[in-house]
Amino acid sequence: MKSVTCKELCKTYHQGDIEVTGLDHVDLEISEGGFVCLSAPSGGGKTTLLNAIGGLDTPDSGEIWLAGERIDNLGKGELASMRLNRIGFVFQAYNLIPVLTARENIEFVMEVQGVPSADRERRSTEILAEVGLEGLGDRRPAQMSGGQQQRVAVARAIVSKPALVLADEPTANLDSHTAEQLMELFVELNEHHGTTFVIATHDQRVMRYARRVVHMLDGKVVDDKRREVA
Amino acid sequence: MNQFKIVLRLAWRNLWRNHRRTLIMIAAIVIGAWSMIFMTSLMRGMVDDMIADGISVLPGHVQIHHPDYRDDPTIANVIAPPSGELLEALDSPGVVAWATRVRVPAVISSERDTRGVTLIGIEPDRERDISFVAGDIAEGEFLSSRDDRGLIVGRRLVEKLETGLGKRVVIMSQDQENEIADRGFRIVGIFESKLVQYEEGFVFSGEAVIQELLGVGDAISEVAILGSDYRDVEDLYRSIEAAAGDGVEVLPWNEIDTYLGSMLAMMDGFVIVFIVVVFLALSFGLVNTLVMAVFERVREIGLMLALGMTPRTILAQIVTESVLLLIIGLAVGNIAAIATIEPLKGGIDVSIVGEGMEMMGASSVLYPALYLKDIVMANLIVIVLGFFASLSPAWRASQYDPIRAITKV
Repeated sequence: MKSVTCKELCKTYHQGDIEVTGLDHVDLEISEGGFVCLSAPSGGGKTTLLNAIGGLDTPDSGEIWLAGERIDNLGKGELASMRLNRIGFVFQAYNLIPVLTARENIEFVMEVQGVPSADRERRSTEILAEVGLEGLGDRRPAQMSGGQQQRVAVARAIVSKPALVLADEPTANLDSHTAEQLMELFVELNEHHGTTFVIATHDQRVMRYARRVVHMLDGKVVDDKRREVA
Repeated sequence: MNQFKIVLRLAWRNLWRNHRRTLIMIAAIVIGAWSMIFMTSLMRGMVDDMIADGISVLPGHVQIHHPDYRDDPTIANVIAPPSGELLEALDSPGVVAWATRVRVPAVISSERDTRGVTLIGIEPDRERDISFVAGDIAEGEFLSSRDDRGLIVGRRLVEKLETGLGKRVVIMSQDQENEIADRGFRIVGIFESKLVQYEEGFVFSGEAVIQELLGVGDAISEVAILGSDYRDVEDLYRSIEAAAGDGVEVLPWNEIDTYLGSMLAMMDGFVIVFIVVVFLALSFGLVNTLVMAVFERVREIGLMLALGMTPRTILAQIVTESVLLLIIGLAVGNIAAIATIEPLKGGIDVSIVGEGMEMMGASSVLYPALYLKDIVMANLIVIVLGFFASLSPAWRASQYDPIRAITKV
């Protein structure tokens, strides 16, 4: 079963009078349980592709299918519901809601989904331990380090067990040690929960963990390597 | 329910992210709410006072007279005294008091001066319960019976006529044959009224004495009826009208004294206009606060949209912030207004502008009147208009593109 299928995706941006190609006839298939890195230099199209897969951006043409359902033609409300129930997001920065504690941030998606409070509390307690933030649940983002905040964001992304996690430069603001810890956490979650991970990055440290690396340049897929991870 | 809880929690916490801004806005709403309710209570008090005084002068709540009497209030337009079905209706529980009167234009002369007045023949025992005269006797005494030949005169008229208690004056009017009817009266009582025009305009004597003077037998000019509440006279009016039958005109007080009647209706409109004007001033601050709050949280709103919160929920969150602000401000404002009004219920002396007040028909002591309906209306108008005022910034926030919002610097 394919988790993600992109067919002939095209997207063009306008920056003033200049036309910028975001995606240029991209074809991509990602299987369930995959661990894929989208690699490209800045402006290469990796974030555009990630946003399109996540229903945050709509392509000019082409099709996007998630778990057998076409999503590029869905309305705002349907896309919001799809993101809420099927996808976990980890952004490069500004991942958390400042007025909520770590636990409340983790429970946010579940709360919007309507998960009962006892269930939410049990799952957030488990996931806090899993991401190494036991005892920090009552802290607000401002009281946590960048690495801890990113862990909370990861915990929020996976706590409701989405089929797909999309992460955009998740290690960009982290030191090497924290970045490594985060990637190990991704791998562990991928292996234990069977969650499909698609990570947009140009960080070589991140790519080491991927079983598949898709290289992009000027909005095109130029290389697609599958490899064994030790 | 979950959505509501999270919206409420986010709205509440976001409200206190910038304490100072929130407190300033709440202070503005408190002042606005206080002024709305306090000023409304003063205006209501003034109008209530004017109406109560107006009603107590003579009209009562409902009046019966000859159909032509209002156009030509002379002795030619009299009616028979109440009897039969009408008398039963007047003695029913809905009627607090009633009195018959003979009322004609007349001329009063002292040895010094002559003035035009309204001469009113009354039944003292009944009149005591319905109009101001008995309670406002400042010198001398009130009439003892409908056969009492004494005359009750206002203080100002006594001064103008340069006469006094115990002195004789001559009253002249016309009888039903259009002949001059006159006789001498001794002043047995002097009344003082809150309104000088009453002191100058009315003189009172026994009803039977005036009937005899005018040669009308037992005919009367009017029946004045008092119900329990001047704001609610419709039932009383209907029952009296049904019992009075044809040949007479039955009118509620607000149609007899159209100035007073229109005051009440005008007051309701004025209160709404006043509340809306105060709110409009407030709304600039409210919308500005919300716009700033939204502007500061663009990335956060983008994040919530990206995570799957619907635009509708974002809109609800911003509107809830606005409503919470208004509820806090209104609650404190209401308490402040009530706390200010209660100690002033004994009256506020505005005698410094007493003459102006008298010209408007109001007394020189203002009694604030706090009505639940005014408090509810003020709060409701502010909440409803506040809701609509907050829709614009809330709508803008809900329409953010998640990715552009998250990446906004």
